[in-house]
Amino acid sequence: MSIESKRAGLHRLTAAFGAVLVAAMLIGCSKKDEAPAAAAASASGSVIVPAPAKPEPLQIAFAYVGPVGDAGWTFSHDQARKAVEAELGDRVVTRFVDKVPEGADAERVLRDLAGQGAMLVFGTTFGYMEPMLKVAADLPGVKFEHATGYKTAPNMRTYDSRTYEGAYMAGVVAGAMTKSNTLGVVASIPIPEVIRNIDSFTLGAQSVNPKVRTKVVWVNEWFNPPKETEAAQALIDGGADVLMQNTDSSAVLQTAEKNGKRGFGWDSDMSAYGPKAHLASAVVNWAPYYIATTRAVLDGSWTGGSGAWWGVKEGAIDLVAIAADVPAEVQAKVDAVKVGLKDGSFVIWKGPISAANGKPLLAKDAAADDRFLSGLNIYVKGVEGTLPGAK
Amino acid sequence: MDLDAAALLVAATLNAGTALAFAALGLLINERVGIVNLGAEGLMLVAAIAGFATAVHTGSHTLGFLAGASAGAVLAALFGALVIWLNTNQYATGLALSLFGAGLSAFVGIAYTQRQLPARPRFSLPWLGELPVVGPALFRQHPLVYAAIALALGLGWFLYRTRAGLVLRAIGESPESAHALGVPVRRIRLLAVLAGGALCGLGGAYVSVVYTPLWAEGMIAGKGWIALALTTFATWRPARVLLGAYLFGGVTMLQFQMQSQGIALPSQLLSAMPYLATIAVLALISRNPAWIRANMPASLGKAFHPRS
Repeated sequence: MSIESKRAGLHRLTAAFGAVLVAAMLIGCSKKDEAPAAAAASASGSVIVPAPAKPEPLQIAFAYVGPVGDAGWTFSHDQARKAVEAELGDRVVTRFVDKVPEGADAERVLRDLAGQGAMLVFGTTFGYMEPMLKVAADLPGVKFEHATGYKTAPNMRTYDSRTYEGAYMAGVVAGAMTKSNTLGVVASIPIPEVIRNIDSFTLGAQSVNPKVRTKVVWVNEWFNPPKETEAAQALIDGGADVLMQNTDSSAVLQTAEKNGKRGFGWDSDMSAYGPKAHLASAVVNWAPYYIATTRAVLDGSWTGGSGAWWGVKEGAIDLVAIAADVPAEVQAKVDAVKVGLKDGSFVIWKGPISAANGKPLLAKDAAADDRFLSGLNIYVKGVEGTLPGAK
Repeated sequence: MDLDAAALLVAATLNAGTALAFAALGLLINERVGIVNLGAEGLMLVAAIAGFATAVHTGSHTLGFLAGASAGAVLAALFGALVIWLNTNQYATGLALSLFGAGLSAFVGIAYTQRQLPARPRFSLPWLGELPVVGPALFRQHPLVYAAIALALGLGWFLYRTRAGLVLRAIGESPESAHALGVPVRRIRLLAVLAGGALCGLGGAYVSVVYTPLWAEGMIAGKGWIALALTTFATWRPARVLLGAYLFGGVTMLQFQMQSQGIALPSQLLSAMPYLATIAVLALISRNPAWIRANMPASLGKAFHPRS
């Protein structure tokens, strides 16, 4: 699961329905063709025959759940699409369809994209999982890549990013900058990904400031700026002076700015939204994965059935735009974490780590594996309150 | 919860209830002349983007509010023309307006996602704002918060103490009788719809300019629907609408405050609290049919065909 599965719950029924209705009327599904001539040239849709002289460009298609916009989830995927074009030039042709709702419509769009000649299809939201599986089974010659899901096929695999690494680095900064020793997190929906981010944020803060406690307010939505504002205000009223969020808007950072507190950007660089409050932004960069995948398809080494989970090591996660007033030794500490994550000498989830209820979670020197991390459903020591749904 | 925390909760409640209060008072004016505008949500969305965009370009929050109110009135005029003169079904037209508003605001708003408003000075009433506990609780709000209170009281006075208010209520009870008395029913209905739309618009602009100063698709997040429920909830009385808006705002804020205070209740349950509170109060009111019947405009939702 990731930032995406959520978009389904994003809008109230009316807003979603209205948006879809009008979007459909005004701009259709806004299919954008980046190179219409090239696309038209290979309308046959048959198996690619290696041409010795000049091979036809690989057609790559992207299905996005949201509008591209200026920031956020879909924006970050589109930046990566452009990076693929910049990197591989005339060896590829990319196109995308945005605002593809999760569910039955997605299947039609995916089938359509493959039918128009795309040999590599990226679907960037959790909700495309089942439709993509169906389409992949019918079109064994096309390669499918699905973000944040967990089901694969011989010609379909999954990819995701380790957002918790960004949360940990933000925690390091937060732990050093808090004066009240109280951090606040505006959390979205209690699934392992989000809990992992809260825990990692807290672990990062504790690494520089053992007295730190983290308060959490759940809004049970991925994107609801008014609610995010209210939750952030409640955290500040409760004594938190550095805020973090796992929701998608800049509302939390802006609330921190309004109250003279500090905050972070999430998913993309949000420094412009709270010039005084902004401490750093934990960002996701999909370009390395998209470029590597495309290269693998081009040279024939692509294999399906697997899943990738990329982080700082692969250049998929970073902490950027660290504020100038963050002391040099804290910045150095963040850099050290980055280096350690890159060369494997540092592991975030390494014991001793105990749970909020005092029970040991990881024994001394025991490192958590991906299985442990992807099923995490417990607060670590230092996070206050009860996890929704915890027994 | 100590005194300071309670003060902050009161302040947050007033702030959270204000957008609802404006919208619900606007809808109350509509319903008092017999018009149900289910398009409130869409209207507020369009006003939110209009207000936000204007504030971004002009740097003036006041112009933002004016733009929001105007956008609300313009859409309401469209709605009014359809239901008052063309006698289209009010419910269907309102729903269409709601969908249209959601789509239009999303479309126009593409250019404004992640844009920023100029900084706004903090408001504090002289002397009163400096009082301990009461100051931060009550007297450091945005001027529109006080405007909403004044509006509710003024509207109560207008509806029940003035001749114009009586005419308005008469139209809501029986447009035919009012027509027979020579009252220009359609024109007054349109005026009421315009005023209602402008107030919904003001509520929408309050959300995007003051409450959550940013634009995000669908950011009204159901406030228009809640405002519609509030008018029934308040049995069409302005002061009760205001109380209802604060009750709703208070419960919304309380759930976050409780989480931040570490009170162990499932957050999903807490999130549902405002809605549970609404249902509970509606159920209580409905138990006493006299309350509803005494105030519910008899022609609510019905088209009026003047026979000349």
